[in-house]
Amino acid sequence: MLVFLIRRIAQSAIVVAIMSVLVFTGIFAIGNPIDVLISPEADELERAAAIARLGLDRPLHEQFFAFAGNALSGDLGISFVHGVPAVELVLERFPATLELALLAMIIAVLIGIPLGIWAGLRPDSPAGRIIMAGSILGFSLPTFWVGMLLIMAFAVSLGWLPASGRGETVDVFGIPFSFLTADGLKHMLLPALNLALFKVSLVIRLARAGTREVALQDYVRFARAKGLSPARIVGVHILKNIMIPVVTVLGLEFGSVIAFSVVTESVFAWPGMGKLLIDSILLLDRPVVVAYLLVTVLLFIVINLVVDVLYSLLDPRIRLGGAKA
Amino acid sequence: MRQDPVLEVEDLHTHFFTRGGVARAVDGVSFSLHRGEILGLVGESGSGKSVTGMSILGLIDPPGRIVSGAVLYRGENLVAAGEKRLRQLRGNRIAMIFQDPMMTLNPVLSVETQMVETVLAHDRVSREQARERAREALARVGIPSPDERLAAYPHQFSGGMRQRVAIAIALLHQPDVIIADEPTTALDVTIQAQILFEVQKLCRETGTALVWITHDLAVVSGLADRVAVMYAGRIVETGTTVEVIDHARHPYTHGLLGSVPSRNKRGEPLAQIPGMTPSLLRLPEGCAFQPRCPRATAACLALPPLSGGDHGWRCFHPQEAAA
Ligand SMILES: Nc1ncnc2c1ncn2[C@@H]1O[C@H](COP(=O)(O)OP(=O)(O)O)[C@@H](O)[C@H]1O
Ligand code: SF4
Ligand SMILES: [Mg+2]
Repeated sequence: MLVFLIRRIAQSAIVVAIMSVLVFTGIFAIGNPIDVLISPEADELERAAAIARLGLDRPLHEQFFAFAGNALSGDLGISFVHGVPAVELVLERFPATLELALLAMIIAVLIGIPLGIWAGLRPDSPAGRIIMAGSILGFSLPTFWVGMLLIMAFAVSLGWLPASGRGETVDVFGIPFSFLTADGLKHMLLPALNLALFKVSLVIRLARAGTREVALQDYVRFARAKGLSPARIVGVHILKNIMIPVVTVLGLEFGSVIAFSVVTESVFAWPGMGKLLIDSILLLDRPVVVAYLLVTVLLFIVINLVVDVLYSLLDPRIRLGGAKA
Repeated sequence: MRQDPVLEVEDLHTHFFTRGGVARAVDGVSFSLHRGEILGLVGESGSGKSVTGMSILGLIDPPGRIVSGAVLYRGENLVAAGEKRLRQLRGNRIAMIFQDPMMTLNPVLSVETQMVETVLAHDRVSREQARERAREALARVGIPSPDERLAAYPHQFSGGMRQRVAIAIALLHQPDVIIADEPTTALDVTIQAQILFEVQKLCRETGTALVWITHDLAVVSGLADRVAVMYAGRIVETGTTVEVIDHARHPYTHGLLGSVPSRNKRGEPLAQIPGMTPSLLRLPEGCAFQPRCPRATAACLALPPLSGGDHGWRCFHPQEAAA
């Protein structure tokens, strides 16, 4: 396990290094932030001073090494727009995105697993077919469009749920969270549902495919021959087996939930990292975009690591090593 | 007179309604089983042995269905019984063991979980008592250091040991009947012999009756009290082991005996039954064995009845009784 961890961390370091080069050069190619940042009335002198202050007059490789050196000490530059460290800005928004993504995942599992198992146990029943048709819709409808529909239905027409913002928050260790207040939860519900939509479909398909396969296994027949109740067979014998692929895929997809939250956060004006990214791209706030991308890369890496560990915990064949026989 | 049988199967018909047609996997099977008796149910692959076993426990899923007939457990017809009643009996009074020991235990649950749940499914005892029963059962089937092995997972056992665990699970409630569906087919010969010996011993001790399903007459000859030979969903010959093995009358039984290595003289090629097991969807009229039978005549286009008596066969032109 230790060797495995060390190897993974070394691999990750390489990935981060490559990503930072790509991100940095990629971002450099986009527009000229000076045009946005400095008022058109400013004279040539003021312009030059601003360019020098932001380090934009130096050659690309010099800018990169200055950036990389600072990055190693956790400094990804100062936001052009807000004048505060970019990393701080991103991390400040991170809890909002994280709680939204987590709630979306929970919704995906709570809805997706039961529906998927149902469809897997009775693939030819009307209910099974409806569930599958629904999951195809969930895959193919664009997130922003569904988000607007949700707003129109639940916020505008019915007026049940708020359509924007985080609502009331509670600080835990100085970090504000919405999920701890009723009002915050109400604000989270629509965006989380919107974000979960795609994953619900994914979980349904995984759970259905897994159930269909597992239900035919001899150990399920044996469990029935032992006289176990259907609840125990489905809830323990089948569920435990299908959870292995579901957890693995969901874990790996967690990163993409965070990425997708860019759309959802914009639609619902949810003040998370995703909305910050869109705002920063529009304002050509390079350091913030770079910081967002690098934080996301790191996040992906950590998630993959956690998934590997979880996976081995769920599957005794991996946890305890190969067969003794 | 002997006691009443624990299990009677009467004219059982289990059919599968598939897209290609109706497969009559079990087509009028009858036999009875007394306390402590071992019945060998023999036949080539596809002859309906497993479906017979699953039908007894009411475990036939669509597109299959028990069409007619009765399964009497101590006189109670299980074909008419509800799912709840069947669940009470499964694994409790009638247990089943399956062929592939690699696949019959759930890979993600510990042996303890899989044993304890079986105890708790039928008896109101504490978890601790259930664990104790599981430990004893493992010890009884010859698994060393059962305490440690309880915590282990299936992949940590060899094939033979896994099958012992499955047998231990089947024995947990000292059932009246165990249906063993080719439980040693996937194991090598030595381990097969050990397991056969022990199962026989355990059943004798507890008075458990056994239906031993196999395609191997050699296995049955050393184990069973009675033998029933199945072909294409029907029993074609039945009797005591001596009657069926040493005085076989049905040409199919003869064919099976011819393909048992130990019964051939050394150096002679292994006799094979010519032809293939027929598809159940395209069975010939009359005697299903007729296309492969060396003795077939025009008479065989009708279905031969099962001749009466304790030793019975379903053939118009049986082989002469051996001296
Ligand atoms: N689930 C099923 N669907 C359709 N036909 C089946 C099914 N299970 C069994 N059968 C039919 O029953 C026949 C007998 O099967 P089985 O009892 O498993 O044979 P065996 O004697 O090898 O145990 C098969 O050849 C097949 O035609
Ligand atoms: S009835 Fe005819 S075809 Fe069938 S086994 Fe007897 S001799 Fe052969
Ligand atoms: Mg079989």
